[in-house]
Amino acid sequence: MATEEHSEGLAFHPMDQFIVKPLFGGDTVGVLTVTNATLWMAISVLAIIALFVLGTRGRAVIPSRTQSVAELAYGFVHKMVEDVAGHDAVKFFPYIFTLFTFIVFSNFLGLLPKAFTPTSHIAVTAVMAVGVFLTVTIVGFVKHGVHFLGLFWVSSAPLPLRPVLALIEVISYFVRPVSHSIRLAGNMMAGHAVIKVFAAFAPLVLISGVGIAVTPLSILAITAIYALEILVAFIQAYVFTILTCVYLKDALHPAH
Amino acid sequence: MEGELIALGKFIGAGLACIGMGGSAMGVGNVAGNFLAGALRNPSAAGGQTATLFIGIAFAEALGIFSFLVALLLMFAV
Repeated sequence: MATEEHSEGLAFHPMDQFIVKPLFGGDTVGVLTVTNATLWMAISVLAIIALFVLGTRGRAVIPSRTQSVAELAYGFVHKMVEDVAGHDAVKFFPYIFTLFTFIVFSNFLGLLPKAFTPTSHIAVTAVMAVGVFLTVTIVGFVKHGVHFLGLFWVSSAPLPLRPVLALIEVISYFVRPVSHSIRLAGNMMAGHAVIKVFAAFAPLVLISGVGIAVTPLSILAITAIYALEILVAFIQAYVFTILTCVYLKDALHPAH
Repeated sequence: MEGELIALGKFIGAGLACIGMGGSAMGVGNVAGNFLAGALRNPSAAGGQTATLFIGIAFAEALGIFSFLVALLLMFAV
């Protein structure tokens, strides 16, 4: 990166876009304050409802474009749940589909200029990841009782090795919600900060007299990074969902 | 003076933490490269393994994100 984050020349700070601001005046953010995060989460939810209500209204044999998109998303996640987590995990499909659509829409809407990305905040993703963690743990204990702890006791390993492996398994189990949430938030935050750094770099080059020839390069770089971010926005939603399926599979079939 | 020293330590620490992201980049490249090598040997079996590919990439990437998080914490939280 050619510019450093705290240099005086940058027109704006690349992390400014992540500030949570109250929408209707005031400076303090309370529990019930309507902020830009609230607004963009509401926009994503409304967009999801619009897509699926409008998409399934016709229920045509030859689907319209909206219906195709809705069916495509539904089929994609349904197949993922069935393939990864097994056939008996399909009753968790509504939960997983909700997570997937919310993350996809938040990520994509956050890529609009001047938009706010709710998923770039660890507070948002941590709630989702802890929710998944609690669901999976409760489902495991309800379905298998004490046998669920067999997940940590690797019976295929030699006996002296098992306590060590059990310790590692327990640690990796409790790190799951951390990595699950930080992966999504970190990817979103890093990508958006990179776009902003390049965006601030373009006028900086122009002013500093390095040459007008370099500015188009910078703008090209923004375009390229933006295209990459569109890919990342989808892949991270996919990864979040598929890891949820993997954790669910562990809870439903804890055999090691 | 002391505040400047702390800022110096923050910047150096954040820079050092970013080295970890390079390691995670190598890990992700290794996963994807080996997947491609395997997929070219047996293309018919590759389609069913893309989920495994993404899970592997996600696990390798998570550790890089951790070091990125340490850098961010040093810059903005400590």
